[in-house]
Amino acid sequence: MIEVQNLTKRYGTVTAVNDVTFRVEAGEILGFLGPNGAGKTTTMRIITGYMPATEGRVLVGGSDVFEKPIEAKRRTGYLPETPPLYPDMTVREYLNFVARIKGVARREIKSRVDDAMKKTWVADMANRHCAKLSKGYKQRVGLAQAIIHNPDVLILDEPTAGLDPKQIIETRQLIRELGGNHTIVLSTHILPEVSQTCQRVVIISKGRVVAVDTPDNLTARLRGSETMYLQVAGTAGEIETALGAIPGITRVSATARDGLVEVEVDSERGHDIRRELSSTIVNRGWGLLELRPMRMSLEDIFLSLTTEDATGAPAPDATIATSETEVANA
Amino acid sequence: MRNVLAIAGKEVRAYFASPMGYVVVGLFALLYGWFFYALLSFFNRQSMQMTGGMGQPPMNINEMLIAPLLSNVTVILLFFFPAITMRTYAEEKRSGTMELLLTSPLTDAQIIFGKFIGAMTLYAAMLAVSLLHLGILFLYGEPDWKPIATAYLGLLLMGGCFISLGLLISSLTKSQIVATLATFSVFLMLWVINWIGSFVGPTAQAVLSHLSITDHFEDFAKGVIDTKHLVYYLSFISFGLFLTAKSVDSERWRG
Repeated sequence: MIEVQNLTKRYGTVTAVNDVTFRVEAGEILGFLGPNGAGKTTTMRIITGYMPATEGRVLVGGSDVFEKPIEAKRRTGYLPETPPLYPDMTVREYLNFVARIKGVARREIKSRVDDAMKKTWVADMANRHCAKLSKGYKQRVGLAQAIIHNPDVLILDEPTAGLDPKQIIETRQLIRELGGNHTIVLSTHILPEVSQTCQRVVIISKGRVVAVDTPDNLTARLRGSETMYLQVAGTAGEIETALGAIPGITRVSATARDGLVEVEVDSERGHDIRRELSSTIVNRGWGLLELRPMRMSLEDIFLSLTTEDATGAPAPDATIATSETEVANA
Repeated sequence: MRNVLAIAGKEVRAYFASPMGYVVVGLFALLYGWFFYALLSFFNRQSMQMTGGMGQPPMNINEMLIAPLLSNVTVILLFFFPAITMRTYAEEKRSGTMELLLTSPLTDAQIIFGKFIGAMTLYAAMLAVSLLHLGILFLYGEPDWKPIATAYLGLLLMGGCFISLGLLISSLTKSQIVATLATFSVFLMLWVINWIGSFVGPTAQAVLSHLSITDHFEDFAKGVIDTKHLVYYLSFISFGLFLTAKSVDSERWRG
């Protein structure tokens, strides 16, 4: 539904987006993840036709955004970072206006506006002026505005920014519901949001795509081995040798801290070593205070992918391979 | 066309949903009324003195009252146009609604015409209020309506020039203050540009006089529709709108 091909955007000498390529299939929810200033907003603005790219092209539903902007824009709904509201209009007036300029047929306007207000829970504010809405309501009216012409494609720039926790959950729920009928690209720097709402993730850093995958795969592929974390009462050296003797274990590192020993144990994947670990420790008479698997969270993945770039390591291409070794070395 | 009207309607609503539209129309009516009263009193005294003698024809109310009144009005308007156009683009850019307009299936031309028509509507409302004063003259005298009609046509066209130029300046900045000051300065410049005419030689004088937006109005005020003024105003408006389109477009490329 959306095809981004070799997109590059330069502002003078600054390259905001550098050779970005990805596809979004119809009905898919794609998370666009990156630190602030990574080029998320710029990419989204190019996809929506707000600004042209320096190089490369974008197809929305088969229409080139630069060659046939009107067709592409008809298919696109866009929630910018700040909801584009007119303070002097009431919510209903505003949505009526947006429906008109988005090309909704005159007789359908009322039902579309009502429908959009219902979906985004703003119906109770229909006659309130946009200037007097709270941040959360503004965001939701912004969302209503984006879906009003029932577009194929929704581009949402940080849709949950500024919402309270309950609204965040509701908005994510709404986005998931919209996912079936609409193709959605949402940007965020909140990581749990991605694993909860998105089917696929594009991680972007300094204008480059550093990874494209499902959230689960990203977690799994980056974890080359299983890691266990233990807290043991004992001596570091002895623990290291004892645990290192267990078959299937590839690495043990023990450090003494506050009279306890913290141990990290790597093992081959698919090889559950928790029983062996606990029995070894207990048989030796040490105290086993804690034993838990260490999951590489999306945060860790994100950091490892994006900081690697920052430390001046060779720029990673769109594969995970380089980062995998990086993580294993860490 | 539907899109143009949607934008124009939004602009008009923005003027009248805030106090701004009412303040502009109200203050203009007040100033217009003041000038009207002052010139009318002057006209009455003159007319009394002149027609004192026998065989004198009555003074021409069109030439002696309405034409000078409307010439004065063009100067008052110089102060009002910046207020009308300052927010058109500057406000959209500042509040981020420009993103909504530029990502909607609209062409730049539709947006610009919509904004132009919106501003012209407010301006027409101002002129309509001023017609009330002239209506009083019809109750007590017999002014000729035709020169009044051409004068108002001239006022509309002159306003179109100022508005298209104001749109252009507003499209160049995010700050309404900058837009207002720049617009006002340019308008003032265009008004006084031919004041140095007698010092710069005949050719330059002719050029400067052609450039002055308000000078072209004088013939309209006298009841003359000269094509050269029509062409001047219409091409000025088109050029202003064209440059606005270029300015909006370049904004995209520059980001």
